Amino acid sequence: MSRSANALPRLESAGLDGWMIRLFEEIDEANLPWITALARQCESAFADTLVDLVPSYTTLLVVFDPVRLSPTEARQKIVALLMELAPDEDMGTGQVHELPTFYDPGVGPDLDRVARYTGMAVADVINCHSSKTYRVFALGFAPGFAFMGLTDPRLECPRLDTPRKKVPVGSVAIAARQTAAYPTATPGGWNLLGRTSARLFDREREGFSLLRVGDEVRFVSVSREEFERQGGDTTPMEAAG
Amino acid sequence: MTAQRRTETAVRVHRAGPLALLQDRGRFGVRHLGVTQGGPADLYSWAWANYLAGNPWGTASLEITFGGLQLVAERDLDIAIAGADLGATLDGQPLPLWQRVIWKEGQKLAFASPVSGLRAYLSVRGGFAAEPVMGSVACVSREQLGGFDGWGSKLAEGDQLAVYIPDGESAEGMSEAPDHARKYFREAPVLELLPGAQIGEFTGRSLYDAFNTWWSVDDRADRMGVRLLGPKLHCRIGSLISEGINLGGVQVPPDGQPIALLNDRQTIGGYPRLGALSPLSASRLAQCLPGQEIRLVARSSGPVLRDYRDFLELFGPAG
Repeated sequence: MSRSANALPRLESAGLDGWMIRLFEEIDEANLPWITALARQCESAFADTLVDLVPSYTTLLVVFDPVRLSPTEARQKIVALLMELAPDEDMGTGQVHELPTFYDPGVGPDLDRVARYTGMAVADVINCHSSKTYRVFALGFAPGFAFMGLTDPRLECPRLDTPRKKVPVGSVAIAARQTAAYPTATPGGWNLLGRTSARLFDREREGFSLLRVGDEVRFVSVSREEFERQGGDTTPMEAAG
Repeated sequence: MTAQRRTETAVRVHRAGPLALLQDRGRFGVRHLGVTQGGPADLYSWAWANYLAGNPWGTASLEITFGGLQLVAERDLDIAIAGADLGATLDGQPLPLWQRVIWKEGQKLAFASPVSGLRAYLSVRGGFAAEPVMGSVACVSREQLGGFDGWGSKLAEGDQLAVYIPDGESAEGMSEAPDHARKYFREAPVLELLPGAQIGEFTGRSLYDAFNTWWSVDDRADRMGVRLLGPKLHCRIGSLISEGINLGGVQVPPDGQPIALLNDRQTIGGYPRLGALSPLSASRLAQCLPGQEIRLVARSSGPVLRDYRDFLELFGPAG
């Protein structure tokens, strides 16, 4: 493909008060330092004319105040930033989180299903999931819900055919080559492997969400006793309804 | 924030109806955390109701969907209702819309069912009082955020609603909307769409259909989005890597039936989009009942921006 209208980065109209900045074509952990750097620069360049920023796998949506900036003025600001853009040096935000996770069929009812699907033993599924450091690609679906990856290719596993009506708070899950932990009880179709005691979303806490786009995350396997000591709820999936 | 404002319980919910929600302008600066914006689905009518009640931009009002709500005043209140005609009455007498009225202690304010439009906005002078969550009282049930209880609950029978005690004896400013500003939601709307990046990925036939068809509002319509029924639109790309979605975004899932995304939409999504409705067209769509026919028309941002700024100028939303 020629480098013309399709060249990246590219600015695309996202309504009267928004521009979509398309930086990459494919999902890649190496995208994040560019996206987080651009988000930070937009914050300072737009200052109080900025309404919202939505970073995601390959893009950054910029929403501005249309009373004080026209789409053309906003575009000029973004173009100027893109000309000088350099990625964050530490490959992202520099934040590393360890999420204590109790892997157990009681709170991770899909462990067996994943083991069968991948042809691994349950212990190997747990080991495989907890031995990698993941990058947060995007937040969405629900407040504080972080899409992370990429998981080991051996763990790749489709979603459930029928989503559960209610997935308990803290559930640690995988789907395709991504992983996540449910910050609130919501419907969900991912494969549940266990539960974390970490408070992922807290309306009273500064910043609200534990995880941000670009952060690094490790799931640390803990015993039932340790999980309960940290305030984790071991009520089995079925009983938690 | 100024000094703590005094509040008083002023309204009792006699009957809740299907859906009545507290809404201020919305929740901003938190969309990167997966938190949606909320706020009034019809910004236009919400702004007028507040203005006529003598309130500053951003004051929290009730969004009443479909009707059925019955409220009793526990003290005298200055109010204004704008938006849908839901057959509102005050102690049985028809209540005029788009103007300030006095709701006396003990009187019952009742909404029946839609005469025209779908959502009415009730503002009281001073504003309804609730504790903001993440900077806003906008009620988003799916996220358990905002509303009178802070946990996203819609109004329920027996609720006691607090209001801020207003400054001064009576409301100042315009008490009646001029004729040209009132909306009756009778004509089939023509909604302005700003084309987006994937518009070129739709087939020529589908683009023709998109802008030359009477679309019908599906019954799958809520504060997250409104599905439109009509000819199947074909896009050369089936899905995208999930990315941020702005208000009014018109996405087309593989079934070819577009969905216009409103205030409570998910913050990211992965369907190709025709573009985004203008803010005032998104407001207008939020007043459409299932079965309503609508047209889409492609617009450039210049005239749409002028209209939107003209609208906002009257209400003076501070920067």
